[in-house]
Amino acid sequence: MARTFKIGGIHPQDNKLTANAPVEVFPILPTVYISMAQSLGAPATPVVAKGDKVKVGQVIGEPSGFISGFVHASVSGIVRDVCPMADLAGNPVMHVVIDVEGDEWMPEIDRSKTVVRAITASKDEIIDRIKKAGVVGLGGAGFPTWIKLSPPPGKKAEFLILNGSECEPYVTADDRSMREQPEEIFIGGEIMLKALGIEKGFIGIEENKPQAIALMKEKAEHYSHFKVVVLHTKYPEGGEKQIINAITGRRVPTLGLPIDTGCVVQNVGTAIAVYDAVQKNKPIVESTITVTGKCIAQQRNFVMRVGTSFAQILDAIGGLPVTAAKFISGGPMMGKAVSNIDASVLKGTSAFLLLTEEETKRQPEDSCIRCGKCVEVCPMGLEPYLLNTLSRMGGQEAELEKNDIQDCIECGCCLYTCPAHIQLLDVIRVNKAAVLRIIKGRAAKK
Amino acid sequence: MNILVVTILSLTLMGLVLAVVLYLVAQKFKVVEDPRIDDVEALMPGANCGGCGHAGCRDFAETVVKAPSIGKEFCPVGGNAVMSKVAAYLGQALEEKKPQVAVVRCNGDYDNRERTNYWDGYSSCKVMFALYSGDTGCKYGCAGLGDCEDACKFDAIHINKITGLPEVDEEKCTSCGACVKACPKGIIELRDKGIKNRRVCVLCRNTDKGGLTRQFCKIGCIGCGKCAKVCPFDAITVENNLAYIDFTKCKLCHKCVDECPTHAIQAFNFPPKVPVEVTVDDALPLKND
Amino acid sequence: MIMKKFIVSPAPHIHSDQSTQSLMIDVIIALVPTLAVSIYAFGFSAIQLVLIGVATCALTEYLIEKFIMHSEITIKDCSAIVTGLLLALNMPPSSPWWLILIGSFMAIAVGKMTYGGIGQNIFNPAIFGRVFLLVSFPVYMTDWSIPQAWLNAGKIDAVTGPTPLSMVRDGLAAGQTVPQIFAANNFNQLDKLFINIGGSVGEISAIALVLGFIYLLIRRVIKPTIPLTILITIFVFTGIFWLIDPLHHTSPIFNIFTGGVLIGAIFMATDYVTSPMTFRGQVIYGVGIGVITVLIRLFGSYPEGVSFAILIMNGIVPLLNKYIKPARYAKGA
Repeated sequence: MARTFKIGGIHPQDNKLTANAPVEVFPILPTVYISMAQSLGAPATPVVAKGDKVKVGQVIGEPSGFISGFVHASVSGIVRDVCPMADLAGNPVMHVVIDVEGDEWMPEIDRSKTVVRAITASKDEIIDRIKKAGVVGLGGAGFPTWIKLSPPPGKKAEFLILNGSECEPYVTADDRSMREQPEEIFIGGEIMLKALGIEKGFIGIEENKPQAIALMKEKAEHYSHFKVVVLHTKYPEGGEKQIINAITGRRVPTLGLPIDTGCVVQNVGTAIAVYDAVQKNKPIVESTITVTGKCIAQQRNFVMRVGTSFAQILDAIGGLPVTAAKFISGGPMMGKAVSNIDASVLKGTSAFLLLTEEETKRQPEDSCIRCGKCVEVCPMGLEPYLLNTLSRMGGQEAELEKNDIQDCIECGCCLYTCPAHIQLLDVIRVNKAAVLRIIKGRAAKK
Repeated sequence: MNILVVTILSLTLMGLVLAVVLYLVAQKFKVVEDPRIDDVEALMPGANCGGCGHAGCRDFAETVVKAPSIGKEFCPVGGNAVMSKVAAYLGQALEEKKPQVAVVRCNGDYDNRERTNYWDGYSSCKVMFALYSGDTGCKYGCAGLGDCEDACKFDAIHINKITGLPEVDEEKCTSCGACVKACPKGIIELRDKGIKNRRVCVLCRNTDKGGLTRQFCKIGCIGCGKCAKVCPFDAITVENNLAYIDFTKCKLCHKCVDECPTHAIQAFNFPPKVPVEVTVDDALPLKND
Repeated sequence: MIMKKFIVSPAPHIHSDQSTQSLMIDVIIALVPTLAVSIYAFGFSAIQLVLIGVATCALTEYLIEKFIMHSEITIKDCSAIVTGLLLALNMPPSSPWWLILIGSFMAIAVGKMTYGGIGQNIFNPAIFGRVFLLVSFPVYMTDWSIPQAWLNAGKIDAVTGPTPLSMVRDGLAAGQTVPQIFAANNFNQLDKLFINIGGSVGEISAIALVLGFIYLLIRRVIKPTIPLTILITIFVFTGIFWLIDPLHHTSPIFNIFTGGVLIGAIFMATDYVTSPMTFRGQVIYGVGIGVITVLIRLFGSYPEGVSFAILIMNGIVPLLNKYIKPARYAKGA
């Protein structure tokens, strides 16, 4: 019996073109450009300088604040420069540029493929290793994992949910991870259970991944703390608020966090990164990425070193197809459109998607026909047509707050569905930020 | 007949009784207000644009009447004309302000500043810049999507479809400041209208190093400092690779305009030069008419 | 280095393949079975009604948009065509050509364009047109005679087909019981499922309408909420009366398959613009329509109540939209 979240959702075409393509190792290119902004929060401070020799796994950036993470060299070689470069949105961010020489790793890292099952580290050691390895949420947000695994006083964790839904069309990185490294996911999960001091875990997987479900269920027999939960294929099943509701029936309160419901949600890729960090002393230096799109001749899954530039990747797969009109980092529903092709792969990058003009160019807006489809599909139970109208009026922040605009998870179901092609989410997103600023300002005054 | 009489009498009586009730109620719940507020409000332009910083013309009138003196309060739409009347009514002296106008400090049109990608999102500058650095290589420049045009209540600023930049109609602009607030990049500034409506302004906000600026825009400020060196009145400061002309010091001598190698400094409403052999590079687009 | 000008926009980067036009076309397709049966039964009259209805609606919208509103011409979204089609299907088969012309014009000009065009009207334009005609031309609108030419072609062998509802009402007023009325008129209930010639052009075949309903559900044009709540409400409400006194009340099945209930529930009440935006609102709307329909049928002076019921509930929809909020995720249990 597949479970699912109760409100809203859409069923875009799966387009899992790369579901059966095993993960290939992407060649190491002569230069990498490693961004210091690899997680949510403040970018890391670089701790290397021009001319330094670095090895794979060596720390090149240290956290500059509470919500900030360690960044490690993904290649060995000489630091060519430490300078601001444009990220995928064209904004300047500090980068460390390394000219590659060989592939020498830091000695403490265990590079073997043998699965290390025994968890000998203590709870504190676990948190420390995860922190030092720069593990961040690989589901897309990039929140430092060690913070998520250390609930603040007053908040108690009850369940760990490993998120293997991968509800975005086209992306298959998590699917392949579950099929190729299932035990590492379970062990990573066990480590996280130990860090949280709990014993109950769930792994949510969407129905459109039957092989992953079968394999994970088989392995789950050896990891009794975990239960595989089959989820209905629906977007946004993998949203943390939705997966919590689907598996436990609980709901995250407005402006709240998952820990408020006793749940900690982590992507299965993050579980593998935790396994690597604690069992293999290996920091995050590579990322599993699906390179896909109907206009590409051969869609594939790769594991590539952090810092590989987008332009280099396109070169390696045969150049940019003529019909490619939009380049997206991530999935088609919440991914970011790239305007600067010299940007590079981050830890949290999950896919490159090339869409043709026909697939992606927006149609002009028509009058709203009040069909109510946007209300039907909104997973948070909001009324996008109303939030859009109020936003365009201007000066309606109080009314927007009353209509719960702050609950919007920016999933895009409304814009996807609207038959009049109204650009609902574009407008709502900007006004939600304005309302959140007002709410924060009010809270700060108290 | 009877019915007619009864109807007329009863309705008349009801009317009288209700009139008395209304009168008594109006007297009991009357809000006593300074009658001068009404008079001052009548002097105001009535645009209710908020340019003065208050919630409409009546709110401005209330503030000005209740305060001991007009002080810094000023109605940009009515300008000195209206403010002098208000001051005269209240029996106070007026500190006349120089009239101002909105100036769009970006000249990167489609020819000078190439678009590097196509924007397909909602047509608003705020939305574009919330997402990324814009559809050109200069992230400080105008997006041309018209948030300023939408904000203007006086029909005074419009996006020119050919250049992709906003143009200010100096007759209609009341310097209320709505467009200044609407622009997410702070490109528009309220500057003194100037003697004979002439002014000189650096039309650029780019603080990147000159080489980088030049890569993406032919007419941007590269921060070379030549203008500051040549200005006889010390009106120009160059900070963060960007020149800025202080309009209170500028005497409209025009030397910086001629000196600027990228033509980032523009002169407004000056008489056209005596025709000389002009190449495309040397031509100064004059913003008159 | 690859130099390419990409398209950039905020997410999402894909869109469903539904548009206003595709939805309206789906509604037209859903009406094809009903249209086919009507043409089979009434021949040229049906074709005439549909053509005049559709053409007048489209032309009215075009002229008003071009010369009065000076706004974008929107007839290509096919919503005017749907209005014309539905109005035509609500007319008596042998009504004069000018009747539907006036009705179509009023439906679009007053029922839709005075509010500002598509998306802004409060009342369903087709229902508005029908009620306008019903109130202004009651004689024409209740003349259920079958067109003579078709009669001679042998397709139909009755001269008049009074609606089952008016037949029952007249019979009850004359003091008969329901079974007596049915026997006297050779009324076979099951027959009427397939072809019910007593009534307007569109009431003609329940099966054809239900086929259209299924098509709309499969194509994700509508959800079953509104039609089901209307039908269940009518069923239950009339069922109660029928159980109490079966001799003087018609059965729930009879009530659902007669009058404009099916076409009203499936095609008119589900009009996007004039129906509520939330699930809870739609349930209240459906129940309201059901209750008012039955009240009018049992206690009102019209035999048929669906059109008025829909019109009245349309007026309440803005209130439902304002105060009935959907179930919020963050405020649930």
